[in-house]
Amino acid sequence: MISKQYLITGLIMGIVGIGMSLLFRLQLAWPEQPFGIFEATLGKWAPDGVMDPNVYLALVTIHGTIMVFFVLTAGLSGTFSNLLIPLQIGARDMASGFLNMISYWLFFLSSIVMLASLFVEAGPAAAGWTIYPPLSALPQAQPGSGLGMTLWLVSMAIFIASSLLGSLNYIVTVINLRTKGMSMTRLPLTIWAFFVTAIIGVVSFPVLLSAALLLIMDRSFGTSFFLSDIFIQGEVLHYQGGSPVLFEHLFWFLGHPEVYIVLLPALGITSEVLATNARKPIFGYRAMVASILAIAFLSTIVWGHHMFISGMNPFLGSVFTFTTLLIAIPSAVKAFNYITTLWKGNLQLNPAMLFSIGLVSTFITGGLTGIILGDSTLDINVHDTYFVVAHFHLVMGISALYGLFAGVYHWFPKMFGRMLNKQLGYIHFWITAVCAYGVFFPMHFIGMAGLPRRYYTNTAFPYFDDLADINVVITIFALIAGAAQIVFLYNFIHSMFYGKRAEMNPWKSNTLEWTAPVEHFHGNWAGDIPEVHRWAYDYSKPGHDEDYIPQHIPLKKGEQELQH
Amino acid sequence: MTTLLTIAILLLISIAVWQITKIFQVAQLNQKVDDSQVANDKDNDWNGKLMFAFLVFIYLITIYSFWAWGDVLLPESASEHGKDYDRLMWISMVLIFFVQIVTQALLHYFSYKYRGRKGLKALFYADNDRLEFIWTIIPVIVLAALILYGLYAWSNIMNFEEDEDALVVELYAQQFNWKARYAGADNVLGDANVRFLQDFDGLNIVGIDASDPNGLDDVVVQELHLPVGRKVIFKMRSQDVLHSAYMPHFRAQMNCVPGMITEFAFTPTTTSEEMRQNPDMVAKVQKINKIRYDKSQELIANGEESLESYQFDYLLLCNKICGTSHYNMQMKIIVEEEKDFNAWMAQQRTFAQVIQ
Repeated sequence: MISKQYLITGLIMGIVGIGMSLLFRLQLAWPEQPFGIFEATLGKWAPDGVMDPNVYLALVTIHGTIMVFFVLTAGLSGTFSNLLIPLQIGARDMASGFLNMISYWLFFLSSIVMLASLFVEAGPAAAGWTIYPPLSALPQAQPGSGLGMTLWLVSMAIFIASSLLGSLNYIVTVINLRTKGMSMTRLPLTIWAFFVTAIIGVVSFPVLLSAALLLIMDRSFGTSFFLSDIFIQGEVLHYQGGSPVLFEHLFWFLGHPEVYIVLLPALGITSEVLATNARKPIFGYRAMVASILAIAFLSTIVWGHHMFISGMNPFLGSVFTFTTLLIAIPSAVKAFNYITTLWKGNLQLNPAMLFSIGLVSTFITGGLTGIILGDSTLDINVHDTYFVVAHFHLVMGISALYGLFAGVYHWFPKMFGRMLNKQLGYIHFWITAVCAYGVFFPMHFIGMAGLPRRYYTNTAFPYFDDLADINVVITIFALIAGAAQIVFLYNFIHSMFYGKRAEMNPWKSNTLEWTAPVEHFHGNWAGDIPEVHRWAYDYSKPGHDEDYIPQHIPLKKGEQELQH
Repeated sequence: MTTLLTIAILLLISIAVWQITKIFQVAQLNQKVDDSQVANDKDNDWNGKLMFAFLVFIYLITIYSFWAWGDVLLPESASEHGKDYDRLMWISMVLIFFVQIVTQALLHYFSYKYRGRKGLKALFYADNDRLEFIWTIIPVIVLAALILYGLYAWSNIMNFEEDEDALVVELYAQQFNWKARYAGADNVLGDANVRFLQDFDGLNIVGIDASDPNGLDDVVVQELHLPVGRKVIFKMRSQDVLHSAYMPHFRAQMNCVPGMITEFAFTPTTTSEEMRQNPDMVAKVQKINKIRYDKSQELIANGEESLESYQFDYLLLCNKICGTSHYNMQMKIIVEEEKDFNAWMAQQRTFAQVIQ
């Protein structure tokens, strides 16, 4: 099925993305030291085994691009929306199977193009995943801004098309194809999350496409949307009247909602996994839905917090600080609701559950530093430092990744009809959890010390010499974390073929996907689609023998459906 | 060779993991086949306890980080608004640390206390609107207060008066160095644009428009001197791509945008010499010089030159990715007494003198 295609493509891109991060972490911990692995992987970009500064910038650029878009957007939304939307709402298939297929193959094509860009002579795009012009517009500014950048733009344009087609499908399916009795208020929170995520995607991705098209025009057709008054490589360029700040607005108009496109599915998965494994309803279902909607709405009006010191009018800075600190509130409500879901539960600590609890932990840690960054005044001294890098990795890199893992561990039986090995799952979780904090907690300190991001080396500044051993600690944790993922990959591949055969509902969950037969076939259910009589969270309901009541079980005589 | 070794190690690790899995599987032969990969009471017990241990780990790593690396944080600010900045930062940090300590504790403690075991039944507790209201309204109030304070500070910093006696300085960014242009006796910067760069055989290094009389007394330098206690208004330009003028000790940063003049103002309060005497800075410089000394021993042993020892100076660094040498785009900033500043300025050449 398409969800498996998305997952495997996402995992392969993830291997590339994480591999790249380990390479540049080696450079940061032991600057300008020769490494055999650099020669092996980077070829001409590591003469005598020492990393070239240009390829360092290319690595951080492509790492960011791959992880945000290919792994955490397509790999997360693509996998779980396609898997769960039809099954959890009680539909035979997505609204348009054809568009769905196209959306996957466009994703596949964009992945190929992005990987191909790694091999061009002047190097891949290297202006940061944010690709601000003029650096990204002018090949004379940086080698990677030639063909590498062109391929990046082509890949992303195709990716955006894929994402939009997918999102349209998800929205239409959720609105139109819910089974009898599946009102919006009986939807599992996963579906709410995927649905709202798709809406945000439809609203914001086209703006990135417009920015990319305007950039293509500046690069190839002599226009001046983003460029003005530039002297480079000994000549005055012809561009007049454009502004790089315009690009920043257009980019971040997608860029900010994008991080919620990454996060909301992970939060939806967490709600589902926590409730199922706590044998308790998710606490505050209505508040959770409201907070998803609030986060979605607010996410479209906070983008300027990435631009506080861009040179834009300071009044805008005030506006965006205000809206950004508002968005902390629904996020906080979600975190409190998750914690209350655990309270007085009967916690089944499966690997998926551990990752979901881990997500709440890193989401809180990362989210709290967002309060510092969202305050325009405080951002002045930490903008573009490692403080920002630590923040977004905790709240997006780790939390959303945990969501991905939780989803894989929880729905592997559904996708492959087999169980993942739980002991390997425990080893995977605990090593990853310790290393995640080991990498990113110390990073806040080097950021507060004033160390800028995207620096190939810190040795040009004696002032930063005392940060060197922190960088070594970070890198060592990163290397161990990378190795721990091998445990997961082994488990994943081995269990796909040799895992214990799964029963129909191994986690004793309430949602409809577990009523479909283990061996998947088109149409999902052999007979009629189940009819829904209750919400998804009747776990440990008083007056019942079992500690779970699937959604399709009719109410007992005299039983009340939870008023919500 | 290293590659071969790495592959061999990865292979061996995979084999080890494979064998360990087999051992676990064999050990579980007497369990019900379907349930073997679902958590049982023993798994819950182990992992619940590990969850509590993880809480301890989070606290320990927090404490350790402060103990080991607290000294790398920036010293007290060297600008007037920097004090407001640091106070706001401190208050925000206290707030978020408080929330962090409490919420992580609840999360991990509950994960431990309510770990599943036979006979345990969960409480069917689906919602509580009053509780939701309480933990919505408290963050609203706290964050509102924080925002208002922050916006007040932001407004003070960014909406500065163009005082008569403020020093006007242009920061000129290019791949990969900085130049500074003082406005001269008239305290007005002359017009400038990249299209003037090629005038005067390359002597016009920031592209001043020679036809603008205001520009003739401008002074271009590659080391920024500032008189202590006097407000400086930076007008920033870029020659090519985006750069960012980051001066962390002054709590100052602003992007330099080609085609636009951006601004930032602050008043330095501490001379370079005074900052060098600051006890935190003394300790930091000592630590840095020890590191450099140790590194130098290594270099000398390899027949290379030793590293120079380090004396603190304020820095201007580039903080927006700008290309290959983004990591080494810096300018020294010297804050000194007014009389020393004037003496230094008197020795610099004006634009008119340069292009003669």
